[in-house]
Amino acid sequence: MQTIKFKNKTYLMEGYSIVGPLEGKGPLKDYFDYILIDDTLKEKSFEKAERKLLQKIVRGVIDKSGLNVGDINFMFGGDLLNQIVSSSYTARELELPFIGLYSACATMAEALALAGIFVDNNLCEYSLATTCTHFSSAERQYRFPLELGNQRPPTAQWTITGGGATIVSNIPTNVRLVSVTFGKVIDFGVGDVNNMGAAMAPAACDTIEEHLKNMGRKSNDYDFIATGDLGKLGSEILIDLMENDGIILGKNYQDCGCMMYDKTQRVFMGGSGAGCSASIFNSYILSKLKKGEFKRVLLVSTGALMSTTTSQQGDTIPSIAHAVEFEYVPTNKKQHSTKVDFGKKGRTKINNKSILENNNINSKALNKAKTKLSAAEVKNGN
Amino acid sequence: MAINIWDYVISFLVGGFICFLAQILVIRTKITTARILVLFLIIGMVLEVFNVYAPFKEFAKAGASVPIIGFGAGLARGAIMATKEYGILGIFTGGLSASAGGIAMAIFASFIFALIFSSKSKRGGH
Amino acid sequence: MNKEQRNANYNIYVESKVPKTKAWPSLFKAFLIGGIICAIGQGLFDLYGFLFPNLAESELTTCMLMTIIFITCFLTGLGVYDVVGAWGGAGSVIPITGFSNSISSPSIEFKKEGVIYGICVKMFTIAGPVIVCGVVGSIICGFIGLFI
Repeated sequence: MQTIKFKNKTYLMEGYSIVGPLEGKGPLKDYFDYILIDDTLKEKSFEKAERKLLQKIVRGVIDKSGLNVGDINFMFGGDLLNQIVSSSYTARELELPFIGLYSACATMAEALALAGIFVDNNLCEYSLATTCTHFSSAERQYRFPLELGNQRPPTAQWTITGGGATIVSNIPTNVRLVSVTFGKVIDFGVGDVNNMGAAMAPAACDTIEEHLKNMGRKSNDYDFIATGDLGKLGSEILIDLMENDGIILGKNYQDCGCMMYDKTQRVFMGGSGAGCSASIFNSYILSKLKKGEFKRVLLVSTGALMSTTTSQQGDTIPSIAHAVEFEYVPTNKKQHSTKVDFGKKGRTKINNKSILENNNINSKALNKAKTKLSAAEVKNGN
Repeated sequence: MAINIWDYVISFLVGGFICFLAQILVIRTKITTARILVLFLIIGMVLEVFNVYAPFKEFAKAGASVPIIGFGAGLARGAIMATKEYGILGIFTGGLSASAGGIAMAIFASFIFALIFSSKSKRGGH
Repeated sequence: MNKEQRNANYNIYVESKVPKTKAWPSLFKAFLIGGIICAIGQGLFDLYGFLFPNLAESELTTCMLMTIIFITCFLTGLGVYDVVGAWGGAGSVIPITGFSNSISSPSIEFKKEGVIYGICVKMFTIAGPVIVCGVVGSIICGFIGLFI
């Protein structure tokens, strides 16, 4: 079975999101934790900027949840650059145990699912799921140089600058992970790299149907169903495909790519990229879930698994979608007491400093590591 | 030298019309930048080989020489002229020496400005 | 239903869903931008004719093209030309400015990989085919020239 159900004790602790200047002008601007003014982040190249962005996101979520970097047991993450360099380099800087993932734009759901499974099976206490994308670095890798004066076709999508991170733990909060469905790789023979929404819609359709079947639910059991980055055309196709199979996606369905920008922003079919579902899930969706405005949410991140080489050689675009289901858990006395317990147990330091000034955390961790190292050296010497 | 307004009008109209035809191709076939440049370059060469380009340029002025058609015609004319003058050697030297100015300037200016400028992040499409 | 048939049906369906953009505005924009660039070219041609009355017409044309190429590279560096290109479409590609932009944009983009492996290697990633086809084509034309 493609669906894995959790055993009632996996919760989302905290989420954090950063987006770029263009996305910061969109309709969801009030929900994001931080909006970049300068998307180069004062780095020399856009690849370095993406790396720094991801680092800021991970540090941000750790700070927001009041943990230390050393408390995180595993970091699950990936990005769109070749060899997922941004995530690897971030893990290097933060000295975190790192499990690198690649599902193109479906990486956020995959990371959340795996982070949840690790926590659910008591393999670790805190796990972190993260991903981000940067428009300029993706553009340069997948398409053309930024300064080339070319026209995009109307079906093109705009890779977003931004990303998000979530910490998953077994400490009860208002948001619980219910189940995940890992999707199959589906290819309906769409070869146009400028029409990824149409390529990914069948994968999203397959995964959602599988999830609904395995969980025994209907589409209107959910307050919110969000797909990752199908865009305007892709989400219309998804609605049609689902309708063909007798499932109606109503007003509770929205696509993150369409939510990111407003109509005056010229982004063709909408946003795309791994950071799209990551940033919107960790801002808009998570805040609504925490307040109980959404009781049950299905996040379906979609990814197109082609490379520039395969598309130049004329191959069609295989796609994947992973679904993660969340539910709102009303706060009750029992949970409250566990929270107090937890306070005694480990959450001593609550860091309210801004993420920009958190270098001291890293230096603390570094000092710790250094003392450990020197102790080990002494041992070896003896 | 008197400036002839008609030259400007005809340049504008003919140059615009060539771009208009190319845009029809772009809309109909989703052709990429590199392909469309090559296609019009070859059109220019064919026009030159059939001796159509010279009268066309006489008529359209810059409307014929600024589009990449003119570049292609220049390459072809250079090769044909050099062949007539130097024989077999001209086949290989004629084309590039006729268009050396444009290619050299493109390479030189790109190199210099690449050293000076960096690419900028974009704020939405148009 | 086998997979090939399913895919074919799906592609037909997708094609029907793709929003039809109005062709006329983009055609008009291409016409306008292309026309303006050619008119500027004519202006430069007249200017050089006035400054250097001794030069032949073909030499004046070369001077004019070189100036346009230089200006385009500069505008590309400033980050202006891609806006023109996105607006004007083929109107900015077909004039020699498109060739110039397709050489300068990758060299500016990839300069972070260094002068040799960035600027020099990547310079012709887009315009390479133009040079290759141009050279091969001119050689073929040369052979044709042998017989006419």
